[in-house]
Amino acid sequence: MLELFSDMQALVQFLSSALRLSMPLIFAALAGVLSERSGVFNVGLEGLILMGAFGAALGTFHTGSPFAGVLVGMALGVLLALPMAIMSISLGVNQIVAGVAINLFSLGITAFLARIAIGATANTQLLPGFRPIAIPVLSSIPVIGPVLFNQDLLVYLMYLAVPALYILMYWTPLGLSIRAVGHNPRACDAAGLSVAGLRYACVLVAGALAAMGGVYLVLSQVFVFSEHMSAGKGFIALAAVILGRWNPVGALLACLLFGVFDAYQLRLQFENPDVPYQIFSTLPYVVSILALVLISGRNVAPQAVGKYYHRESH
Amino acid sequence: MTLELLRWVYMLKSVWAVLIALAIGALLILTTGHSPIAAYRELFGGAFFDYWGLSATLVKLCPLLLAGLAVALPLRVGLFNIGAEGQIYMGGLFATIVALYGPELPGLLGILLCAAGGLAGGAVWAAIPALLKAYRDLNEVIVTLLLNYVAINIVSYAVSGPLMAEGAPYPYSEEIRESLWLPYIMPRTDAHAGVIVAVIAALLLSVVMRYTSVGYSLQTVGANPQAARYAGMSVRRHIMTSMLVGGALAGLAGAFEVMGLKHRLFHLFSAGYGYDGIVIAFLAGTNALGTIVAATFMAGLESGANMMQRAAGVPVTLVEALKGLIVIFVATGLAFSFQRSRWARLIERRRTMSAAIKAAQGG
Repeated sequence: MLELFSDMQALVQFLSSALRLSMPLIFAALAGVLSERSGVFNVGLEGLILMGAFGAALGTFHTGSPFAGVLVGMALGVLLALPMAIMSISLGVNQIVAGVAINLFSLGITAFLARIAIGATANTQLLPGFRPIAIPVLSSIPVIGPVLFNQDLLVYLMYLAVPALYILMYWTPLGLSIRAVGHNPRACDAAGLSVAGLRYACVLVAGALAAMGGVYLVLSQVFVFSEHMSAGKGFIALAAVILGRWNPVGALLACLLFGVFDAYQLRLQFENPDVPYQIFSTLPYVVSILALVLISGRNVAPQAVGKYYHRESH
Repeated sequence: MTLELLRWVYMLKSVWAVLIALAIGALLILTTGHSPIAAYRELFGGAFFDYWGLSATLVKLCPLLLAGLAVALPLRVGLFNIGAEGQIYMGGLFATIVALYGPELPGLLGILLCAAGGLAGGAVWAAIPALLKAYRDLNEVIVTLLLNYVAINIVSYAVSGPLMAEGAPYPYSEEIRESLWLPYIMPRTDAHAGVIVAVIAALLLSVVMRYTSVGYSLQTVGANPQAARYAGMSVRRHIMTSMLVGGALAGLAGAFEVMGLKHRLFHLFSAGYGYDGIVIAFLAGTNALGTIVAATFMAGLESGANMMQRAAGVPVTLVEALKGLIVIFVATGLAFSFQRSRWARLIERRRTMSAAIKAAQGG
């Protein structure tokens, strides 16, 4: 990995691909932070990414515009987050079960609908997507410029989303309420906050955010929709939420860490064609587990996360 | 009377959940322009009332039932084993290694050794999240999920590298010798004896959970870890026991796929049985006997789906969506226990009220 730093061109390429590979994780992890801070453990991130990817392909396929793809992707994300919210907030279904249900349903329904709505068998045809736009001046900074400021619109959107979520969470009264509801819903209820209302809002917005991860996959990375294309990214994002200590910036850093290892393993695959690629493919997953092991014990999870809050029970 | 009726409605909540899921599935079939009735007739008729279809159902039942038990058992202790898929892969891998490189034992002994390899593989893979949960309180959901991808890659590496058969067109291992194949149970079909072992395992577990102190303490730990610790039960030991036995059962599923069906190890041989195990465990309400029923239903869905696609033209992916819908409604049904008690209270109150009114009128 060290030889990268002697070759500027290679370093830029490596860091760009690390950023691109972490993008779907970042959107999903922000969604995870938001919903877990409000007290809802969201195992459904994987399904939400997949639904966002399908929505992006659907919208773009029928209109020819990637912007429509973004809208449809986010809308379908919210639509899929709705049953998740109803199950875990109103009905008191175990949140892990609800998330698993959302994932399984998303896996089936996107594959089923893709054949009907996009006429695809396993892959769609190539879709128009977002292309890199170089930001003047900023993109000419050595190394950092081309890596950070020669990206597409969705990456710039992520630059806005991370600080926006951070400011919302830590600098606004609404953010305080959200964190409080995830920490001690009963006290919030007594103080006159709507526990269910706040949680619904967070889970639904999280649905749109996580779906953006899938939108990015389709409209910026591969330009096709394929069945099961989320391939475990939602689960790595779940780990990133814990690793980033339920903080948007922490989650961003954790996702970038995985992105770097993912880019690194791709590089290793490329450089060592005689070594079976599967040895390298496991790297991001193993790193996730090791990172979790290393930070465990200093667990600062929102206290009410995963717990159903029922107003009438005492 | 009304209460009795309500209790029945409640007890059959998994059945209602399945019916609602099938009804929504019917709407989905309508959107494809096919007849739902014809499609479901092909699906279930093909799966259960056709010699070849039934054999295909039994072939699927074996891994599904074992995977269902692998999820249901840790669930009794309150642990979510989302890693049955990875445990199936490791079971298949270990069994294949034992079969190809282990000692050549005669007859049943060889089969037992091979199956033991599968049990060990699954248990080893489940031991990782179990240890991390028991000693570092790491979320077992995330660890088991991530380990699934590691296991799939390990098997993929094994069959395209060290275990790859000579001259194979795509990654698979050498065939295991015929003395290790599980016996067939329906002439001229693929149905093998693994399914009988799986059913026996479910019955055994059911007896253990219901009538032994081990089963009782497992459930106590699941219901209230603090009380269990107070009563002198080791929560850690129960985490380890339930996860290891669960993992071993999933590993056995992987071993039987190799020994009974494929006779060699393939890349991606499991096709999501581990995730279906989660659906089955919930459909069954974690009850071991219920698991047999739920797994049979799911196996029927899987094997009938192809017939439905061939005869009625409805894509097999519908079955995937149906599985998700079933979990959504079953999970929702499980959550309704507090609602039921509220209904029960209401009805009770109404009854005492009308009794009081009658008494007042009579007097």
